[in-house]
Amino acid sequence: MALLELKNVSKSFGSGSTKVNVLSNINLAVEEGEFVAIVGFSGSGKTTLINLVNGLHFPDQGEVLLHGLPITGPGPDRGVIFQNYSLLPWLSVYNNIKLAVDEVFPKLSKMEKDLHIKKYISMVNLSHAKDKMPSALSGGMRQRVSVARALAMDPEILLMDEPLSALDALTRGTLQEEIVTIWSQNRKTAILITNDVDEGILMADRIIPLTPGPNATLGPEFKVDFERPRIVTEINKNSTYKRLRNDILEFLIEVGSTRRQFSDQKYLLPNLQPTYPGRRAFWKKNVNT
Amino acid sequence: MKDKSIKSLKFIGMGFLEPLIRALSGEERKKNFGTFVKGTLFPIASIFLFITVWHFAAHALYNKEASVKIEKARAEQGEEAALEVQNCIRSGEVSCQPNTLPSPAQVWMAYQTLWKDHLDISQKKRDFNQQVAQANSKRADQGLAPIKYTGRPSFLDQIGTSLKTVAAGVILALFVAVPVGIIIGLSEVLRNSFNWLIQIFKPVSPVVWLLLVFMIVKTVVTDPNLDKSFIISFISVGLCAMWATLINTSLGVSTVDKDFINVSKVLNLSIGQNIFKIILPASFPLIFTGLRITVSVAWMVLIAIELLAQSPGLGSFVWEEFQNGANDSNAKIIVAMFIIGIIGFMLDRIMLTVQNLMTFSKA
Repeated sequence: MALLELKNVSKSFGSGSTKVNVLSNINLAVEEGEFVAIVGFSGSGKTTLINLVNGLHFPDQGEVLLHGLPITGPGPDRGVIFQNYSLLPWLSVYNNIKLAVDEVFPKLSKMEKDLHIKKYISMVNLSHAKDKMPSALSGGMRQRVSVARALAMDPEILLMDEPLSALDALTRGTLQEEIVTIWSQNRKTAILITNDVDEGILMADRIIPLTPGPNATLGPEFKVDFERPRIVTEINKNSTYKRLRNDILEFLIEVGSTRRQFSDQKYLLPNLQPTYPGRRAFWKKNVNT
Repeated sequence: MKDKSIKSLKFIGMGFLEPLIRALSGEERKKNFGTFVKGTLFPIASIFLFITVWHFAAHALYNKEASVKIEKARAEQGEEAALEVQNCIRSGEVSCQPNTLPSPAQVWMAYQTLWKDHLDISQKKRDFNQQVAQANSKRADQGLAPIKYTGRPSFLDQIGTSLKTVAAGVILALFVAVPVGIIIGLSEVLRNSFNWLIQIFKPVSPVVWLLLVFMIVKTVVTDPNLDKSFIISFISVGLCAMWATLINTSLGVSTVDKDFINVSKVLNLSIGQNIFKIILPASFPLIFTGLRITVSVAWMVLIAIELLAQSPGLGSFVWEEFQNGANDSNAKIIVAMFIIGIIGFMLDRIMLTVQNLMTFSKA
């Protein structure tokens, strides 16, 4: 049995004429220890999908099963790394992580908690900034804190909702590597939501495209069989990588072009004559004749 | 050292001294002195300008009042009486001075009188306490209350009483408005249901609140030993001033950033943890903004309330002086006016400091 299963999941927001079917007929099974990347256009419902897994939203139809049991709400067994870091600005780096640790491991002694927190802070290379406030950190450092907070909860599944999309390309590259390194230390199950195909190929075992919404659904999966650790510069030269990348992009572009905007409304354009600068049309009639 | 003192000065709202410190320590002398002159000396010059205008205005009013007095004497009692009045006014005789806006010099003199008065009264108090010290220790042994000085309070004592009333009122407002604000803020239903009441009560005048509180306290408090006028005035101050905090707290609690709520949900925080670790800290900036408004409103309404409630303090001082009609009463009222303004300003600065302390810098 898969660790996480989504069966025929549909989700819509709103009601009546403003109802938007964001996701429909989503089927996904994630095995334990797997790193799955879900790639899609912005606005296709990626965040909704991850919110269904972390328990902030519930499906309209179908079910989301964890260990074969339906998800009833958020829980510390699923650690989330949010797109916008979501650190508490009134707490220092240490205390932000402590809040999570206190909640998940209430029985640890003070010393053990301290060691635990410091371990994860050093894991994301932030020991020097342990007592800084989030406002004093750069975007990359903030996202590292967010990673450390999610990992410190020791979750069964790590859910990453476009964790790196707000960062610059260089920071992004280093953090991609760091997250994969940390992940490979204990091989927790991980789901990465991203809009960057390269990021998916570099990090994941399996890439599943999400078709553009409304009524977004999952496309055919693409296996990524490269040896780990994957090194960007070497993978770039690899011909299988190029083919894989092209296949995924082609699929995404193809489904993207099938998405058409239909409208029943006809727009009547007024019959206007252009006026030229310098001419005053309102008192000189028949300017254009 | 320099940067540290600048930082702490800025924190307490004395940032205008920054260029002076920088200039004195030899940092970009010319530019910093220029900034200091523009930022600090010009405001001081404006105060002098104000005092000058006041001086001449008071002088003009004095002359007008004097000539009216003389003309009146001439019309009613003839030329001789008019001359007499004129001479009397010129000689500076206290009994016939025109009663009008006092000049800055008179106000300064009145201030000194008040200060001397304060020194006299505190001396008397000390003497009295020395005299009754023995008797009091005896009374304490017998389990009796000590004999207290019951003489007239000095101006400084009045300020102390006023500050005490405001403090009590603000604390009352704090303990009522913050919890109620949190509860209302957490539930949209409650917020909607109380919104009308709050909107209706918010603009009610302090005088009406005082009368309402008077009606209730008169019935509830029957113990004659309790200081009823103090109770009435501080409850009224609290009632008038609490609305800003109440509204700001409920607004702050109800508009906590969705990201923070999501964090709380994902961490599975309990309700108490959610309130104390996420919602309250997230709404601190707004709560303390509300409290700052509350303190300034409390100080503003206090004078009117003390005046009406016959509770000792600056308000009753002003009223008594007005009723008194002594030749320096007007000047004393203006002294009180400045003291009230300066204390209000200082209270606001203190609250600003507290507010800065409690506000996190958002990313």
